[in-house]
Amino acid sequence: MPLFEVFVRPRRGLQHQHAGSLRAEDAELALQYAREIYTRRREGVSLWVVRSSDITASQEDDAPMFFDPADGKPYRDATFYELPSKVRGL
Amino acid sequence: MSLLAAVVGLGDDALVLGQRLSAWCGKSPWLEEDLAMANTALDFLGRARLLYGYAEQLGGCDEDAYAFQRDARAFTNLLIYELPCADFALACARQLLVDAFDVLHLEKLCDSADANLAGIAAKAHKEARYHRRRSAAWLVRLGDGTAESHCRMQKAMEDVWGYHAELFAPVEAEIGLVEKGVLPDRAALRPQWLAAVSATLDEATLELPSADWQVDGGRRGLHTEHLAPMLAEMQHLHRSHPGARW
Repeated sequence: MPLFEVFVRPRRGLQHQHAGSLRAEDAELALQYAREIYTRRREGVSLWVVRSSDITASQEDDAPMFFDPADGKPYRDATFYELPSKVRGL
Repeated sequence: MSLLAAVVGLGDDALVLGQRLSAWCGKSPWLEEDLAMANTALDFLGRARLLYGYAEQLGGCDEDAYAFQRDARAFTNLLIYELPCADFALACARQLLVDAFDVLHLEKLCDSADANLAGIAAKAHKEARYHRRRSAAWLVRLGDGTAESHCRMQKAMEDVWGYHAELFAPVEAEIGLVEKGVLPDRAALRPQWLAAVSATLDEATLELPSADWQVDGGRRGLHTEHLAPMLAEMQHLHRSHPGARW
């Protein structure tokens, strides 16, 4: 059976977050199983399921050129803004 | 039938089905379905607890006494809920029939003149809509699947079909509560139920079984040979260790 990745939106206003994976015959069944496995205890308000094989992932070899260049560039970080206390989930 | 007896009957329906479904735990075709079955079982056990809790308020005994200290003859669940359905096709067939009934019955029960029953129904109705979606999906998947799964699904539907009549059989003493608007009129739900079930069977490329037999007796405590062994297993721990606590 194909593998699916499950994304759960914990609350309105937040983005979907990866929750885990499961196996199912098709997307409809995967959605039902996602509900059973990942949202039974009020974890979410919305679900996405995506076939794992449809995800294009970076490879181990890509890491040096993808991620290392970000090192030592603190001027790229938006650290100088004060976040209002009422803003949550950012 | 008193309100108390009616509430206990509905509680028994939920408890017995919950116990049957929980028997799939560890035996479903795969892990995800195993969790789904167990979750559904827990929904029914939760519903039973709400109903028994209300029965206790009405002057009945407590939930453990209802579940664990009565013999088969004292249980008043309808027969369709106690069938073992240890074959997955049978479990799917039974589930479709009772879920389709539940959705209609609970929707009406939400408007009950009895506020407690209406409240329990409002909670259960949401679950029932999901259960129905699940059981209908399985029916279509197996009915319109391979030649083998189609055959087995058709046979399973024939095997449980005769038990559905009891869902709609008006119990004589229930009529008073129906007239007071406390309970829905079961018989009146049948046309809509049949239309819904027929549509799902159609989508699943299955034939509507020819109903040339039917059984009843559950509400009077007259059960199939399957209930007592199930209760023996379910009640064994409680009866062997009375008053034991976790």
